Amino acid sequence: MVLTLAVAGQQCGVPVLSVRDVLGVQVITPIPLAPREVAGSLNLRGRIVTAVDLRARLGLPAREAGKGAMSVVVEVGGELYSLLADEVGEVLSLSSEDRAANPPTLDNLWRDVSLGVHRQGGSLLVIFDVDKLLALSA
Amino acid sequence: MDDLLADFLTETNEGLQNLDGALLQLEREPANGPLLSEVFRTVHTIKGTCGFLGLSRLESVAHAAENVLGLWRDGTLTVTPAGISLILNAVDRIKQIVAGLEASGQEPSGDDTALKAELDAVAAGQLPTEPTPRAPEAPAPQAALAEAAPAIEAAPPAPEPRAAAEPVAEVVGSSAPQTIRVAVDVLEDLMVLVSELVLTRNQLLQLARSEENAAFSVPLQRLSQITSDLQDGVMKTRMQPIGNAWQKLPRLVRDLSQELGKRIVLDMRGAETELDRQVLELIKDPLTHMVRNSADHGLESPEQRRAAGKSETGRIMLNAFHEGGHIVLEIGDDGRGLNTERIKAKVLAQGLTTEAELATMNEREIHRFIFRAGFSTAAAVTSVSGRGVGMDVVKTNIERIGGAVDLRSREGHGSTFIIKIPLTLAIVAALIVEAGGERFAIPQNGVLELVRVGDGDGPKVERIKDAQVLRLRDRLLPLVPLRRILSLSEDAPAADESESFVVVTQVGAQLFGIVVDRVFDTEEIVVKPVAPILRHITMFSGNTILGDGSVIMILDPNGIARATGLGSEIAGDSATLATQTSAVARGPRQTALLLFRAGEGAPKAVPLALVARLEHLPAERVEQAGDSMVVQYRGSLMPLLPIAGYGAPPAGGGDQPVLVFGDGDRALGLMVDEILDVVDAVLDIDQAGQRPGFLGSCVVNGRVTEILDTAHWLQQAKEDWFGNRRAEIVRPRVLIVEDSAFFRNLVVPAVTAGGYEVTTVSNGREALALRDADEMFDVIVSDIEMPELDGFGLVSAVREGGIWADLPMIALSGRCEPEDVARGRGAGFSDYIGKYDRDALLASLQDCLQPAVAP
Repeated sequence: MVLTLAVAGQQCGVPVLSVRDVLGVQVITPIPLAPREVAGSLNLRGRIVTAVDLRARLGLPAREAGKGAMSVVVEVGGELYSLLADEVGEVLSLSSEDRAANPPTLDNLWRDVSLGVHRQGGSLLVIFDVDKLLALSA
Repeated sequence: MDDLLADFLTETNEGLQNLDGALLQLEREPANGPLLSEVFRTVHTIKGTCGFLGLSRLESVAHAAENVLGLWRDGTLTVTPAGISLILNAVDRIKQIVAGLEASGQEPSGDDTALKAELDAVAAGQLPTEPTPRAPEAPAPQAALAEAAPAIEAAPPAPEPRAAAEPVAEVVGSSAPQTIRVAVDVLEDLMVLVSELVLTRNQLLQLARSEENAAFSVPLQRLSQITSDLQDGVMKTRMQPIGNAWQKLPRLVRDLSQELGKRIVLDMRGAETELDRQVLELIKDPLTHMVRNSADHGLESPEQRRAAGKSETGRIMLNAFHEGGHIVLEIGDDGRGLNTERIKAKVLAQGLTTEAELATMNEREIHRFIFRAGFSTAAAVTSVSGRGVGMDVVKTNIERIGGAVDLRSREGHGSTFIIKIPLTLAIVAALIVEAGGERFAIPQNGVLELVRVGDGDGPKVERIKDAQVLRLRDRLLPLVPLRRILSLSEDAPAADESESFVVVTQVGAQLFGIVVDRVFDTEEIVVKPVAPILRHITMFSGNTILGDGSVIMILDPNGIARATGLGSEIAGDSATLATQTSAVARGPRQTALLLFRAGEGAPKAVPLALVARLEHLPAERVEQAGDSMVVQYRGSLMPLLPIAGYGAPPAGGGDQPVLVFGDGDRALGLMVDEILDVVDAVLDIDQAGQRPGFLGSCVVNGRVTEILDTAHWLQQAKEDWFGNRRAEIVRPRVLIVEDSAFFRNLVVPAVTAGGYEVTTVSNGREALALRDADEMFDVIVSDIEMPELDGFGLVSAVREGGIWADLPMIALSGRCEPEDVARGRGAGFSDYIGKYDRDALLASLQDCLQPAVAP
């Protein structure tokens, strides 16, 4: 079961079990000196959630100014993180037959965080490893 | 691990914790029957339960110990210190095995035969001649579990007379203890929930302020009250007597006293003083360290104590009490105290400061050097002067939780460390500030004061190269612009110096100011740790949610100080604290010097007060006018002089650093290679190696530094710089009467360098006030043109009578026409010198003093 997201036109998915919440556009407080990928922190019902911009994380161009991002809140090691995506799709049940290994030509950055690729109808879905997404270099 | 075993471990740990203390008490009071029974019962219970659980190794050790205790209880054998040592060894072994059990769920393997044989020998009546070396200390036996029961009896503090009566009263009063055991996790969760509640309450209050609906206000008030009470209540459940952190200390001191061959008593007071368990956890290690230090280095050997006329038994004192929102914890001994001379020698050897600096410090300031990092590892200091092992670490750890540590020591009378720590870490008052459009919280306990700076009347931020400083009450406060260190946008509206605030904060002894754009209210904030992916940013100690629901970062002044090099290792640490205590005494002797580099050789310096501005001019703006260099500066031409190569052209390309000297509407720029720093130093000029343009050299920051003779350079400017101006002079007690601050600054170093003690006043009236205060001088140097009372007025007033009537007086004036001179001499001046003719002045001073020296 994955929750599908769109990041800069690319369809992706995160395992639904790690997802705690999906939020609309939030007020995000920037954190000075934070790694580039960290967009800031936000308040989720009294808990502080660190937002990681997937576009920045995946080496994609920045979102146009004025366009808000959806927050997919995941929990890793007892901490909440928000993955900022352009759109959030639906929850899909994927069958293992449709799963393919990462193509060797896939960008290294992507390969590091990807569990594999799914053929989903006409499009391809990159499934993310949430732990690795949040393992920032800095 | 099954529940039965878990319960057993909890219970055993609890019993073991009290056992050490009880055994030590038993050693002091061998005849205390009830105590002996209690010890016996504890060991017996352990033995019984482990037999039941099939823990054979544990059982056999406990059994052997129980045998000895049983014979003691029956009176068959007498309690001896050696026997107590042996039982303590057995307890250590039991702790070790229990720790192994906890870690793996199984008894660790090991051989207890020797220990059991010794115990059996004692039981058989053979007294061991000397205690066997004790077993290596077992790892801390599950401190967390023990803490779940905050009410467990604290280790016996200082034995009080009523202690013996209490157990009886308790037995009569109630049979069951009035406490229950709660897992730490539950308490933690509760704390988190209450924190959330506080935040929500704050949010609601904020909303209510903007709403007119009165219907909400009453229940909201009630909710607010309940929330506060609940917060207090939950905080209380987390409170533990500090005695819990002291439990291990009696044993530690006993072991140390045996190891070191010293006799030591541990005196603990205020063991019931409570503080948050998180804080308690964090101070345990520093505490142990300091007690160990006291025993090891602080206290002398019995022989030394006897020789010093003290009792052979050394004393280590622990004292805890509440003070304001803090706990004060004192750890002291009556040992030898710190050896100030040794510390001085060490400080100099490590180049931490200069001899001149040291001379201005009082003992306490010198002692604080032991908190410096370099000091800790130095074996020489620890073995001789006493303290120092890892004190920097102790200090860092305490500061990390918002505490502070200081010490007082008297040689021969002992040392005391004073630690001040906040009661709790979870909820703190914080100042909300804004910089670069972002808001941040600064914990209130680090904020000393707030200063508004800007173009108005308030103090101004000054720049020395890129460094910003603030002159605050005669001291130079280094400033840390929050925007810059956090790389915030520089283009937000509030321009740098037009209007901002400086939050004066203190880390250790180092004072510094954090420059912010705006300051809001203070708020009670709930400190939450930052996400692990942000932990490497040391500027923040956490984050929090404000009343309006926004998330902000909490600044960590410690981290900021470290990141900007203001950390405690930096020289000037104790100097800054010193200013608070002895600003008056030290003020006049310290001069702020601007350090710069020009040409080859030693760094150079000029009194900061002489420098009007520092500029970085683009090299191409420097123009040639005739044979001199000028620059268009603030609407007029400013002559430029290179210091470096006596006429060398400015460095090609890039910026040319310039020191601008100005007086009135005139300005002169001196071109230097690089502006380095501003330091406070005692201007003790040595004229050896003097060369033109420099007054001599002086040790600044441990380096020989040439002091610029500003006058020399000003004369080079080919302007009638000193025409019609006034100056003044000072030293073997020279009084200089001069109204121009600029000339005062110019003359004082020169005369000081000439070997005179200088006092300055700004007009004749102030001079006469000094006379009326019975201040005596050897010579008076006076300007002629001054407000209030001019030079002629002053000289006639002096000559009229009083203690100064016969003092030589030298007139200094820009007007040196023969008629001026004649008039001056007629009025009573001994000599008349052209303004800023340095050599003539020095010669005249010498002449004036000659008869006084050899009458």
